[in-house]
Amino acid sequence: MSRGRLSPVVAVVAAIGLAFLLLPLAGLLVRAPWSELPGMLAGGPVLEALGLSLTTALCATGVCLVLGVPLAMLLVRSAAWAAVPRRLLRAVITVPLVLPPVIGGIALLLLLGRRGILGQFLAQAGFGIPYTSGAVVIAQAFVAMPFLVFAVEGALGSSDRRSEAAAATLGASRWQVFRFVTVPLVGPGIAAGAVLCFTRALGEFGATITFAGSLPGVTRTLPIASYLAMQTDPGEAIAIALVLLVVSVAVLLLMRDRWMPGVRS
Amino acid sequence: MRDHGPVRSRIPSIAALGLVALAGCSTPAPPPPAPPGFLEGTVTVFAAASLTEVFDSLEPTFETAYPGVDLVLDYGGSSGLAAQIIEGAPADVFAAADEATMQTVVDAGHALEPEIFTANRLELVVPAGNPGGVTGLADLADPDLAIALCDAAVPCGAAAQALLAAAGITARPDTLEQDVKAVLTKVELGEADAGLVYRTDVVAAGGAVEGIEVPEAADIVNRYPIAIVSGTPNGTGAHAWVEYVLSDTGRQALAAAGFVTP
Amino acid sequence: MTEDAPALAVDARVDRDGFTAVAAFEARAGRPLALVGPNGAGKSTLVAAIAGLIPLTTGTVRVGGLTLSAGPHGVAPELRRVGVVFQDFLLFEHLTVHDNVAFAARMRGATRADARAAASPWLERFELDPLAARHPAGLSGGQRQRVALARALASDPAVLLLDEPLAALDAETRDGVREDLTGHLRDFDRPVVLVTHDADDVRALADDVVVLQSGRVTQRGTPEQLRARPATPYVARLLGR
Repeated sequence: MSRGRLSPVVAVVAAIGLAFLLLPLAGLLVRAPWSELPGMLAGGPVLEALGLSLTTALCATGVCLVLGVPLAMLLVRSAAWAAVPRRLLRAVITVPLVLPPVIGGIALLLLLGRRGILGQFLAQAGFGIPYTSGAVVIAQAFVAMPFLVFAVEGALGSSDRRSEAAAATLGASRWQVFRFVTVPLVGPGIAAGAVLCFTRALGEFGATITFAGSLPGVTRTLPIASYLAMQTDPGEAIAIALVLLVVSVAVLLLMRDRWMPGVRS
Repeated sequence: MRDHGPVRSRIPSIAALGLVALAGCSTPAPPPPAPPGFLEGTVTVFAAASLTEVFDSLEPTFETAYPGVDLVLDYGGSSGLAAQIIEGAPADVFAAADEATMQTVVDAGHALEPEIFTANRLELVVPAGNPGGVTGLADLADPDLAIALCDAAVPCGAAAQALLAAAGITARPDTLEQDVKAVLTKVELGEADAGLVYRTDVVAAGGAVEGIEVPEAADIVNRYPIAIVSGTPNGTGAHAWVEYVLSDTGRQALAAAGFVTP
Repeated sequence: MTEDAPALAVDARVDRDGFTAVAAFEARAGRPLALVGPNGAGKSTLVAAIAGLIPLTTGTVRVGGLTLSAGPHGVAPELRRVGVVFQDFLLFEHLTVHDNVAFAARMRGATRADARAAASPWLERFELDPLAARHPAGLSGGQRQRVALARALASDPAVLLLDEPLAALDAETRDGVREDLTGHLRDFDRPVVLVTHDADDVRALADDVVVLQSGRVTQRGTPEQLRARPATPYVARLLGR
């Protein structure tokens, strides 16, 4: 990126873009029932949903890391493939981004539900997936995966692959190259992807309620609690949304700088 | 532009018309056309989602009866629609799925003299073939069955809670859904062995599910109020639609869809 | 193993990106061999093939009696003990200077502390101890070159390949670094292949020369022989009279 001055037109449009993102949040802040906020949030249900949301979103991020980093490596490698399989792979990874999350939840049910293609066997073996916190993690991971894969792909693509060759000449096996060179080099990208993935998982609603259900303490995450509160008490819904917002912004602010390339000593 | 509703249906529902015919009712005869110029303009109706099939089936005959009127039907959750009306959404008529929601609109000064036009009652719903062997309300307490109910925050959940309390049953739900259609979806997919939904939802779902009548539910009905939104620019058109819903034609269509007389 | 260090014998054809390099030469211990030629002659391709980073099309790469590559098959790069100093050094930017030099020991399973201890003499020898805790990003070209050489030598390679090791340096530091390099190569005393297109490098560092032009060997001999009887205009221009 050039460091030159921004043209006035770009600056004005950028300001409009920023306002477009900020003003709805401002609306949320203005309407928030500030005086009743502590009482609402101290209540058991909100804390319970917050705890569940944080735990499941962390697990989902873990799942995405384990599955998504190798997937991103495959995606980078696919640049050398023929056009059809290459585009197909990218399209498949993009699916959760374009699919309405509720449909994603239905798709998960058709696969892993009690009558699903795989789920029926799991259910027979006593491993029912729907209505469990594990199902929440699966739904969140499904929806958040592309965020991680594309962020890691970007990091992998821009890192200097030749230092991996240098590591090999110094006696590093494939696994050691991955562990000691690839991961540290793309670490900032992976961390940035993980943060995005985590915040997306934290806000996940449609796939979760469809696939996992909504039971306090088990599957009712913050976004679901917020949606249900909307039906009776919009003030409480806004309060819960604020909690989500604060957690997400805090995570983004705390982690982003620390992992940005170049900030490291 | 009056584009604000969550769900908008301008397509006359042929399926719903078929449903009316199948249910054994002769297709209602439209009232004689009104004199030209008597009624015209757009009438926007905000209606609870459970009224979708019925109102869609009434729309063509209504518009034939009043050729100058363009009926716009917006469906959604009652509370969401009520919130929109209070925020100033340009609705002419509001048909809600419960009285409490209508009351919030009346209290805010946005609706006049609501009238109860129909009612709905809860029924047990099970997947086709009833794999869980559900026979009655008491099965909702069975921990081995997958049970889907509405959350108490939404009308169907409040009704279910009242029904279970009256019957003295402590249900063991596996999920508390955000609306009645979500419960139905879980049952249709076989993810839930039983759920509590409205009778109309069971009728609308067709063969994918089976309904089991709940005698205990007879006393706990959800009454549906309809009202003209205050300050509507098309008061006569709005009034015509309310009258049409309350007419015999409207009642027959409601009964065919599984609604009960209040 | 000073006296009987096995020689590196290359007799190979490498095809890469539509370009072919064919070369046969032997680099003996204690006699650094310069692989010279204009840009695009195929020198770096040969270096990568010797290191096992790209396959041969046909032919062999051997060290003593051990065959490292035979056609497209061969020993994995991490098992070859062929050390490489790359043209732009390819230091590990995420590691300190100390950990760069300790890298090979760490790959052999040493703990971080043991690997660092093993690397310390190399830091000392290359006068890198004051820089040990720094990351490569802040180092000068000459310092980076020393880290790259120390890192390669610390891996105890049987063969050392240097791909334009002085090209990245500015003219003022180059002479000093070249002088140091002469000393280090003398101490190393195992086969060394030095890729360059600089006559000063050839004169100061090499005992044997192989000239590669457009993927073919056009002349071989000692620097003196080449200067006395250049076989091509390129050699004449390079080594002068």
